[in-house]
This record gives sequence, C-alpha cells and structure tokens, in this order.
Amino acid sequence: MPVLTRWFIKTALAYFVAALVVGVVQAARGGAGINPVYVHLLVVGWITQMIFGVAYWMFPKYSKEVPRGSDRLAIASYVCLNAGLLLRVVAEPALARHPGTGFGPVLALAAVLQWLGGMAFVANTWARVRER
Amino acid sequence: MPRTSRWFIRASLVYLAVGFTLGALLLFNKGVPLGSAVPRLLPAHIEFLLAGWVIQLVMGVATWIFPRFGVARSAYGSEAATWVAFALLNGGVWLAGVGPLAPGHLGDVLPIAGRLAETGAAGAFAANIWARVRASGLSPM
Repeated sequence: MPVLTRWFIKTALAYFVAALVVGVVQAARGGAGINPVYVHLLVVGWITQMIFGVAYWMFPKYSKEVPRGSDRLAIASYVCLNAGLLLRVVAEPALARHPGTGFGPVLALAAVLQWLGGMAFVANTWARVRER
Repeated sequence: MPRTSRWFIRASLVYLAVGFTLGALLLFNKGVPLGSAVPRLLPAHIEFLLAGWVIQLVMGVATWIFPRFGVARSAYGSEAATWVAFALLNGGVWLAGVGPLAPGHLGDVLPIAGRLAETGAAGAFAANIWARVRASGLSPM
C-alpha cells in the first residue's frame, strides 16, 4: 500500500470517528450549521477520501515508470480536499452563528480548495481506468 | 478491467467532477453570495454525487473485481444486463437530479421517473451480479 494511500485511509478513518462525534453533538443539542458539517464529514471526509485512497492504490497502473500517475496531482488532491474540508468545518457553523463576519470568504476558500482536490483526483485517475 | 466497468467508472468520475463543481458553487454562495438561483442546484449536487459518483463507482468496481466464471467475456455475467443497468442508472440520475428544475408539473414527475429508473438499474445490477457473490477458485471461504 503506497504512503499516500495510507494517509488517505487513516485520515478517512479519523473523519469517520469525528463525523459520528459531531452526529452525537447534533442529536444532543443541535446548533446552526452543524448538519451540513456532519453530512460532509461523512460523505467527503470518510467515503470519498477512502475511495480516493483505495483507487490510487488499486486501479490499473498508468505506466511502468509512473504506475500511479502524477504524484504531485495526487498529493495536491489530498492537501486541497482536507484543507478545504477542515476550513468548512470551522467556518460554516461560525458563519451561521455570526453572519456577516469574515467567515464568509473563508467558506468560499473552502469551496475552491475542495473543488481543486476533486479535480486533481479526476485528472490523475482518468487515464488509469483502462483494461490492464 | 472489462469495458462495462470502464464506462461505469469513467461516468462516475464525470459525475464527481460535475457534482463537486455544483457543491463548490453552493458552498461558495453561502460564504460570498453569487445569486438567489444557486441553492436550486442542491438536488442535482446530491443526486450526482450519491448515485452518479459513489453508487456508480461501486457498481463498476464490483463488476470488475467480484469472482468470475472463467476468462471469457461472459465471465463477468450478462453484458446486456450490465448495459441496461448503466443506461437506467445514468438516465435516472439526470431525471432525479435535474428534473426538479423543470417548470410546473414536470418538476414533480421527472424526479419520480428518475427514481424508478434508478430502481430498475439496481434490480438489473443485483440480478446479474448475484451469482458472482461466491467463493473464488483460489479461496476456500
């Protein structure tokens, strides 16, 4: 299992636990902006990140020289996805509690970072969807 | 990786790209407003990422890696049933995801048609892969 896959999967496991903790908080006392954070910790932090890590590991090789495609794109995918998600976890509830504060641009930055993470994964994985 | 799996997985990557783009617009709009129409993208965002990306990827990878019936093309089960599942799923994703944006009564009817198509896809896929859920030739379990 490549190093980056281990990072993806271990981070995904951490998000899995964190998402369920947030789910407990949400069920116990609610809170503005908590529900989208709970959902995205699960579907982006846990499920999507687990898929990214396993696909990077298991999909057919790109070539003998660079079996997993571009390492830079793969690392960019990991960094952008997680930086964006963490910013969202902080900024979305904060903006819901304090509208009109500086958290708005932070949330927009979170959106751009997660988008870049997804696009980097697609760009690096596309050519590995092949017969062998 | 068989041809049907490549279609499932490449389609799922397209939905990942489109679904993430819609999600980025929705989230950006929460922080820095872009327009009042942006929240209407939410059903498409959810449908593209849950059914178009995750479910479709699972179907493609299962078709690829589950135990086969030998080395022939038919070893993956019925190719026709797999294509039916592919067509129904993707038609369903569009109808259920984009249908709510249609005007009037159509906006209520198209998502139902989409969900019916997705149900048909699930049935065709499950029926076709059922017999491949078994011990492989290499494993006693």
